[in-house]
Amino acid sequence: MRMPRFLSRSAAMIDDRTGLITATQGAMYHRVPRNAKWWYVFGSATLMFFIIQLVTGVLLTTLYVPSAAEAYSSLVYIDEKVPGGWMLRALHGWSSNAMCVMMLIHMTQVFLHGTYKYPRELTWVAGTLLCLTTLALAFTGQVMRWDSNAYWGLGIGAAIVDRAPFIGNWLRAIVLGGPDISGATLSRFFALHVFILPGAAIALIGLHLMLVLKNGISEMPKPGAPVEPETYREEYHARIKKTGVPFFPDAARRDMVFCGAMLIVLIGIAAWFGPFGPGPVPDPTIIEVSPKPDTLFLWIFAVLALLPPNTETFLLLAGPPVIIGFLAALPFISPTGERAPSRRPLSVVILVAIVTALGVLTVLGEYEPWSPRMRAWTSDTTPVEYVKHRSPLELQGALQLQYAQCRNCHSIGGIGGKRGPALDAVATRLSWDQLVRQIQQGGGNMPAYGKNLSSAEVEALVAFLSTLDDQAQPALIPGAMEAQPARDESPTVADASAAP
Amino acid sequence: MSDHEAQTPATEGDAANPCENCEANGGKGRRGFLFAAGTTLLTVGGGLAAVPIVTVAIDPGEAPNPNRWISLGKASNFKPDQTVFVKFIMPWSSPTDGETNQNACYVRCVEPGKFQVFAINCAHLGCPVEWFAQSRLFMCPCHGGVYYEDGSRASGPPPRGLFEYEWRITDGNLEVFAGRLPGLQEGP
Repeated sequence: MRMPRFLSRSAAMIDDRTGLITATQGAMYHRVPRNAKWWYVFGSATLMFFIIQLVTGVLLTTLYVPSAAEAYSSLVYIDEKVPGGWMLRALHGWSSNAMCVMMLIHMTQVFLHGTYKYPRELTWVAGTLLCLTTLALAFTGQVMRWDSNAYWGLGIGAAIVDRAPFIGNWLRAIVLGGPDISGATLSRFFALHVFILPGAAIALIGLHLMLVLKNGISEMPKPGAPVEPETYREEYHARIKKTGVPFFPDAARRDMVFCGAMLIVLIGIAAWFGPFGPGPVPDPTIIEVSPKPDTLFLWIFAVLALLPPNTETFLLLAGPPVIIGFLAALPFISPTGERAPSRRPLSVVILVAIVTALGVLTVLGEYEPWSPRMRAWTSDTTPVEYVKHRSPLELQGALQLQYAQCRNCHSIGGIGGKRGPALDAVATRLSWDQLVRQIQQGGGNMPAYGKNLSSAEVEALVAFLSTLDDQAQPALIPGAMEAQPARDESPTVADASAAP
Repeated sequence: MSDHEAQTPATEGDAANPCENCEANGGKGRRGFLFAAGTTLLTVGGGLAAVPIVTVAIDPGEAPNPNRWISLGKASNFKPDQTVFVKFIMPWSSPTDGETNQNACYVRCVEPGKFQVFAINCAHLGCPVEWFAQSRLFMCPCHGGVYYEDGSRASGPPPRGLFEYEWRITDGNLEVFAGRLPGLQEGP
């Protein structure tokens, strides 16, 4: 179908005066390698989610009140009263996660295929800066939620920068906007989240895409075809001229299919799971909380728990610059040579190590075994098998185990804190005297209870703990205990060992 | 691109390349003067505009002495050998602070007239510690820092004991010197 004459004339006039159509067509039809297949869709998907963030984010600013006094109620209002408001928040929250996931996959692919090498070094550097900007947007977005997690997350951030030598105090005041977390803190994070960081992201995306167009999309790596700066450009252009295809529609088809599918998945997830929070109100006097960051930052949460205390400050302050510096310097450390993963075993090992470490830390962060379960002592049940046929003293000890908050860190029957060892078989590891000493003097990351428990309380506690010798372990599989009633009903070794 | 170049307003007969005479100092004579004047005016103007910009950006209004004496109520209300959770209003609250204008501390009455006042913030990374009167321990929900009732570190990652506020008794009221979020470098 031919375009109506007035339209084509208008288009020609606009292009003559602005050059926009020529420029757009140049970008749309630029030639890309024929073998640029499904591996190459993740960058486009990241961009799509960023655009969703811009649109939903701008709409949210028309409803959200960036004041510490009103932010929380405005979020509740958006969720509950504004028609479609909850879905807008859900899309913004889930699209943020999706953008980070796509970005990380995109980065992984670029690293794995050695695409950062000559002549695309600065494309990678711009990408690294985009990665940091995106993570900063995610963190500041979590602050916008202005709930208990936002409040204590800010406190953790402040505590980390406060450790910087000489400038820590000043840096902390810059982050918080005052001596304390307050309205001023939310205001500056709002400015970061809606003006400074999105502005930086838009500028960097522009640069990133400009560089992609200038240097062309890389071909799939081929083993035995190393990057040689003297000849790379010439050969690349010759190959692309001969075998390349126009980005639109040849390569764009896959981008469109993938982005479309991801968009529908996003809408499905957002509609099913709804918006993130807000959690409990950001009231610093409500301390029955368990502050925890969003999934994306759980690995940092885990690192903070697991770093050895004596190296912690150094690693917290030196770690980020080293990691960021290494990422940015990567294309200059290894600017040429093989791109194929099969010829870069070290890179593959590093990648697998990083992915594994982040995965393990994230899972640990989710379960946070280092955190005491603050309500375990009142809410966790004692397995029936552990109190059957027990003497009054031992039963008193079982109560003491709850009452002295032991359960906050120690589990029995699989329930309770995971900070300390499970106590189900503690009597097989420690004798009566060793138990008394461990409780009174502590050690191995356990506080000393010597001053806090009377000797009668300790005796009852040890009497109970001495019955925990694995013999009476309750069935983890329902019904398994019935299969061995003899063992369960017998007076057990525990009674014998109850007396010192 | 040639169109674009042709449209560039050419000055004083340098149509082919308006920048032919642009040396590092901006040229000679009148052109040089204009260049120097422009540079100077922009530098001075930019410098003046930067004063409020940098001031606001760099100094977020932390008062030199953010702490103030805050009353926690009658000193006689605190019973010896007890540790209690006390809320107070921060001295620097603004109308937009909402709930965050509050804070809290733990007051431990060692003996009548003798106190220890602890910040609720863990010395590790600032999470709120909870007092357990039965085991006489403070526990932190974040990374498992534990403190004894006198605030000293019992276990976990904290590098020191709990932060303590200065306290005094005025007219029978227990007052604490607070207002700043406690941190490792300067304490409360």
